[in-house]
Amino acid sequence: MTPAELADRVRTRFPDVTVGRDDVTVVVGREELLETLETFRADLGLDSLSSVTATDWPGREPRFWVAYELYANEQHHRMRVKVALSEGDARIPSVTGAFPTADWHERETFDFYGIVFEGHPDLRRILLPEGWEGWPLRKTEELGGVDTRFHGALIPPVDRRST
Amino acid sequence: MSERDGTVVSPDTTGELRQETMVINMGPQHPSTHGVLRLLLELDGETVIDCAPIVGYLHTGIEKNVEYRTWQQGVTFVTRADYLSSFFNELGYCLAVEKLLGVEAPPRAQVLRILFCEMNRIASHLVWLATSGLELGAVSVMLYGFREREIILDIFEAATGLRMNHAYIRIGGVVMDLPEGSVDRIRDFLEVMPKRIGEYERLLSGNPIWIARNRGVGVLPAADALPLGVTGPTLRASGVARDVRRDEPYSGYDEYAFEVITREDGDCYARFEVRIEEMKESLAIVEQCLDRLREAGPVMVEDPKVRWPAQLEVGPDGIGNSMAYVTHIMEESMEALIHHFKMVTEGVSVPSGEVYVPVESPRGELGYYVVSDGGHRPYRVKIRDPSFVNLQAVPLMVRGGLVADTIAAIASVDPVMGGVDR
Repeated sequence: MTPAELADRVRTRFPDVTVGRDDVTVVVGREELLETLETFRADLGLDSLSSVTATDWPGREPRFWVAYELYANEQHHRMRVKVALSEGDARIPSVTGAFPTADWHERETFDFYGIVFEGHPDLRRILLPEGWEGWPLRKTEELGGVDTRFHGALIPPVDRRST
Repeated sequence: MSERDGTVVSPDTTGELRQETMVINMGPQHPSTHGVLRLLLELDGETVIDCAPIVGYLHTGIEKNVEYRTWQQGVTFVTRADYLSSFFNELGYCLAVEKLLGVEAPPRAQVLRILFCEMNRIASHLVWLATSGLELGAVSVMLYGFREREIILDIFEAATGLRMNHAYIRIGGVVMDLPEGSVDRIRDFLEVMPKRIGEYERLLSGNPIWIARNRGVGVLPAADALPLGVTGPTLRASGVARDVRRDEPYSGYDEYAFEVITREDGDCYARFEVRIEEMKESLAIVEQCLDRLREAGPVMVEDPKVRWPAQLEVGPDGIGNSMAYVTHIMEESMEALIHHFKMVTEGVSVPSGEVYVPVESPRGELGYYVVSDGGHRPYRVKIRDPSFVNLQAVPLMVRGGLVADTIAAIASVDPVMGGVDR
């Protein structure tokens, strides 16, 4: 199925579907997430979850977007499901029940963005140390680094340079 | 104290044998855990009751770092994630950025990309073979594996300047064409390698110790592997013929003849067989690449808004900038100088949008989810690393087995912690 056909198949039930650069993206509310994934698995054969991650857009409302990359093992097509979360309420149901592979993906997204996956069996940091404070991939977190002396000048770390 | 079997045994009151389980750490510094992987093992004697992989010891924040660099600089970061499959990381990232830009690398660049990726796959599988052999006591295999990998790394070094972390694949193509003599060296390699693979098979395939250590060990049925998101040779050894190269062809893979190797047993031995056969398939693809390389052509897109402005050529001092180009920007054209300066400092501008691009790395589906906000820097680069996902299946493989089999099981998944931790 081509991306356009895929989008047409779901448009009546999920009006917020777009095709950009041949990627199909469906935006749903977090309360419909689990049902949506089950529907897509049953109707479109999207039985695999490749990846779960998020993006952070500070200053915008909603601030966070969680993206699920779905894949159909039989038909070899893909679809992205996105859910918006507001800053003060960054919670979303865990999909580990439907996709056990989501376990570590969700832990990683929690680790990096502080997004809480409700119902996750063991939501702990995964890549950063347990005592780490902050959510490092949020745009509001500094990259970190030290000034470097070069030919008598002090070069600031890359996120504090003017360019 | 154990509560298994429903009985609680207290050594103080009954005087019977203690039935305690023991929790031990294997790793993160352990010679047999393929890098800094830590396994929390719960043992009953020699039997593994449970296992929890703990990762993150090699986390270097590549995804965060990339957000602060230009699009072109991103290549030099992602190549360091899974350092045994550098070319795949470069390719996945570049394909994603090219998809955002709406450009396609010229045909010759695509052939070179596939050529280097498949050579890289062989090199990666050789490291897997070498380290697995070492861990299971087959030291000669370790020496052979690294010996042949060295031939590949020499070819890489001649073409890219580096043995690892090449940054050879760039947005819009590859950095430069093959140097003189490379094709002959690759042909020599294609000549010698099948015999060497035959040697490995003679050493291992019928070897009673190798069979005893691998057959029936670390079994992962397809029904368990699929929900856990396992991909790559580990999944194919469980009988599922999933391969991104065939299922979602990129860079012209649909024009190459190769088999997707599968085995039904889902054990460590099946994974061994799959990887050995995959090396042969990769050799066949490299052979086809060499045939296609007879046709000359550009290795980078022409669009000056995408291509790297500098032109490299080998001067008397080794690799360097083309003197003709330097003269052009320094003495002839102010506009060319401004363009050069802008492209080098600010970099390419990528229209806003998001894409997910998978490639088939030696470990499975390596995906790049790249988001642009229309600026000169990536807004988000998420690396879906296959080792990270495949490691989730390790507890299932080792439960109920012996400690020694845990070593074989981890080796057979072939995790690279640089990719897992990023």
